[in-house]
Amino acid sequence: MSTRIAGFGATALAALALLALVPRLGNAYYLALAISLLQYTVLATAWGMFSGPTRYVSLATTAFFGVGAYTVAVLGEILPWPLVLLTAAALGAIVAGIVGLSTLRLSGVYFVIFTFGLTELIRQLVVWFEVNKSRVLGRYVFVNITQADIYWQLLALTAAVFLLGWLIARSRLGFALRVIGEDETVAKHCGINTTFAKVALFTISATVMTLVGAIMAPRWTYIEPSIAFNSMISFQVLIMALLGGAHRLWGPVLGAVPLTLLFELLSARFPNTFTIILGCIFLLIVYMLPRGVAGLFEKLSTTAGGKPTQRVAA
Amino acid sequence: MTNAILTGLMLGGMYALIAMGLTLQYGVARIMNLSYGEFLIAAAFASHWLFTGWAISPFVGLALVVPLAFVLNFAIYKLLLTPLVRRAPNRDALEVDSILATFGLTFVIQGSMLALFGGAYYSYSFLAFPVQFLGETVAANRLAALGITILLGLALYAALTRTRAGTAVRAVAVDPFAAQLVAINVPQASALTFALGGALVAAAGVLVSTFLTFSASSGVVFTMKALIVVVMGGVGNMLGCLVAGLALGLSEALVASYVDPGLTLAVNFALFLAVLLVKPAGLFGRATR
Amino acid sequence: MSQDSGTPVLTISGLRRAFGGLVAVNDLDFTVAQGEIMGLLGPNGSGKTTALNLISGVLRPDAGTIRLMGQNIAGLASYRIARLGLARTFQLVRVLDGMDCRENIKAGLAFQRPHLPASEAELRIDRLLDRVGLAGHDRRPAADLTYIDRKRLELARALAAKPRLLLLDEWLAGLNPSELAIGIDLIRSLRADGITIVLVEHVMSAVRALCDRCIVMSSGRKIAEGATADVLSDAAVVKAYLGGVAVDA
Repeated sequence: MSTRIAGFGATALAALALLALVPRLGNAYYLALAISLLQYTVLATAWGMFSGPTRYVSLATTAFFGVGAYTVAVLGEILPWPLVLLTAAALGAIVAGIVGLSTLRLSGVYFVIFTFGLTELIRQLVVWFEVNKSRVLGRYVFVNITQADIYWQLLALTAAVFLLGWLIARSRLGFALRVIGEDETVAKHCGINTTFAKVALFTISATVMTLVGAIMAPRWTYIEPSIAFNSMISFQVLIMALLGGAHRLWGPVLGAVPLTLLFELLSARFPNTFTIILGCIFLLIVYMLPRGVAGLFEKLSTTAGGKPTQRVAA
Repeated sequence: MTNAILTGLMLGGMYALIAMGLTLQYGVARIMNLSYGEFLIAAAFASHWLFTGWAISPFVGLALVVPLAFVLNFAIYKLLLTPLVRRAPNRDALEVDSILATFGLTFVIQGSMLALFGGAYYSYSFLAFPVQFLGETVAANRLAALGITILLGLALYAALTRTRAGTAVRAVAVDPFAAQLVAINVPQASALTFALGGALVAAAGVLVSTFLTFSASSGVVFTMKALIVVVMGGVGNMLGCLVAGLALGLSEALVASYVDPGLTLAVNFALFLAVLLVKPAGLFGRATR
Repeated sequence: MSQDSGTPVLTISGLRRAFGGLVAVNDLDFTVAQGEIMGLLGPNGSGKTTALNLISGVLRPDAGTIRLMGQNIAGLASYRIARLGLARTFQLVRVLDGMDCRENIKAGLAFQRPHLPASEAELRIDRLLDRVGLAGHDRRPAADLTYIDRKRLELARALAAKPRLLLLDEWLAGLNPSELAIGIDLIRSLRADGITIVLVEHVMSAVRALCDRCIVMSSGRKIAEGATADVLSDAAVVKAYLGGVAVDA
């Protein structure tokens, strides 16, 4: 067991070292593509970390991403970069904690409704604040961060997210979440503080999403609320995680990689009908692959008479 | 002050109408429809097109758009949602599936409207003259819309409480399984109720278009408000819809005129959470055993 | 009962809960002493399951107190009550289908305070599997189990927490005669471990075999209480249950 873990760890480290060399290729297009791939890999994996085991569908990815990006827009020139990231993470965690505490004790559907509107709510609040208090709408981002820096930060975050996900899965918290996903009533009677477990994981997942937004922000030179809070991100991340299969840590990446490439192609080729195509792809996944690609692999690898697949849509 | 209250009541009436269709779709057909607001905007565009292109009054437009929406929503339920209803082992699973499917549908409809009409804001001038009402000056189109809203609400209430079909629908809302046992065709009743909900939101869309500007991407906000009203009022409860709609409209109008118009959504959410924390089943919802 | 007569394990007084106009549990009082097996009887809809749900924290009482080992737990969250030493099974058996038997039992003990060291936990799981008759099934998915084995697994999960008080909601329902005999022996053996049990049950032979005392509920109220044999021959009980026919064993 431990030799297997060591072997796996060594492979992962080697892959990480190899991936770290991508900016050295000196090709701006590939670097940009690699950044997109990492961005969506982290976002989809973070989404799956919470929504996979608990089956609570979160539609608020953009809200946290936007909080991160906007934090950079406001503080980027004032504070040193590590402190900016730290502030963004803290803000994301606070917002997630508030949302989680107020909605996660209620039934799942209220949580969905709340996350559905959260992006719009935060966007409105930011606009209101900028118009009335700071009197600037739209800010220039002048920070000394190169594309390669963005890439390396995202790569580090990717590694951290997978490590964190692996540790959580082996921890008591991870086990608690699996029990909650199976049967929340039983979970409570086993002594699990279900609200705490859900809020904790939601906060972790949202903090990661906020960090992605903050790291990505220097890519734009100009940020306004409608750029930072673009609801397409929530939608794309949801599609990717569901295609890959959110019930496994490695599931979402299976969706994130092919779909990032596909979306890149489609948005360039069909800029006007991209949203429609995206919607259709998503519907296909919901109808055809309710357990995602990861579920497909499991189906192929379990022999006949294996455990019946229980549905995990989210 | 009276003006703010009057505005709030008119807005609230509108919200109640918008939410009525959703409370039918969610309370009876058990479909949590996230693309609801897109149907409202689609109807608004249809009305705009009829009025500017063919000089057809929105009141006549209602007679065209609403039946069409009914048929379209019936088809959507039969083709798109019935497979989900069939494969769902329980209500929770159907909820998740319908959320996902209608979320996807949102982007299909919104994308189509963006492709057809672009991202610009639309409006047209219909009955846009001031009239005196209860000692305040209000726009005639708003007053007309309120009048039709009240008529529609009363008609729906009568249909649900005074007809056989309405009784069947209410039975399905309470317990689909037991309804089946007393020879109610539950799948058919669900499909018809979903379609009726679609027809109602189309009517709301036509009415809204007479006095509000709208764009291809305005749907989300209407979905949001409808969801908030439905949950606040108690899912499937018509009276709850009315009270919650009015409460939402009033709070918005008061905040907009005395605090800041930019904070209306924040107020919506605050009200929503406050109600849920006190009464998780909504104002008129029944606590379940 | 020859157990020590310290604080009762469970003391309920003035317990009430209404759903709209329906009062499901109305002014309920009873106590359960250490080591006792207490039967909670009554026709369907008489409020037994609601009472269990109030005790285990699924529902909040409108009024009344529930004392577990002397501490008032009325209105506490289920998980807190579970950590104070209460475990239960459900009327419709609930196991964690996506997990194997071992993990199911682990769910019962992993969240108790203080946490057990891993090796001790594994040992306890082995013993429990053995005890309920699931030895050798530890890696089997719960979804594959037969009905009686699911019941066994659910009981093992409840026992994993070493509860002071165990609530069994029709745990013996739906078993065939030989399974029933095994089930009755199993529950009886729990008493030897010092576990106090409240049993909601319709299987009268099991009630007679197991319960020291019984309470009978009807329309949310307690209509009889006493030694099992006395209660089952009580005229009011017979009337409430069967509309006049004698309660058969």
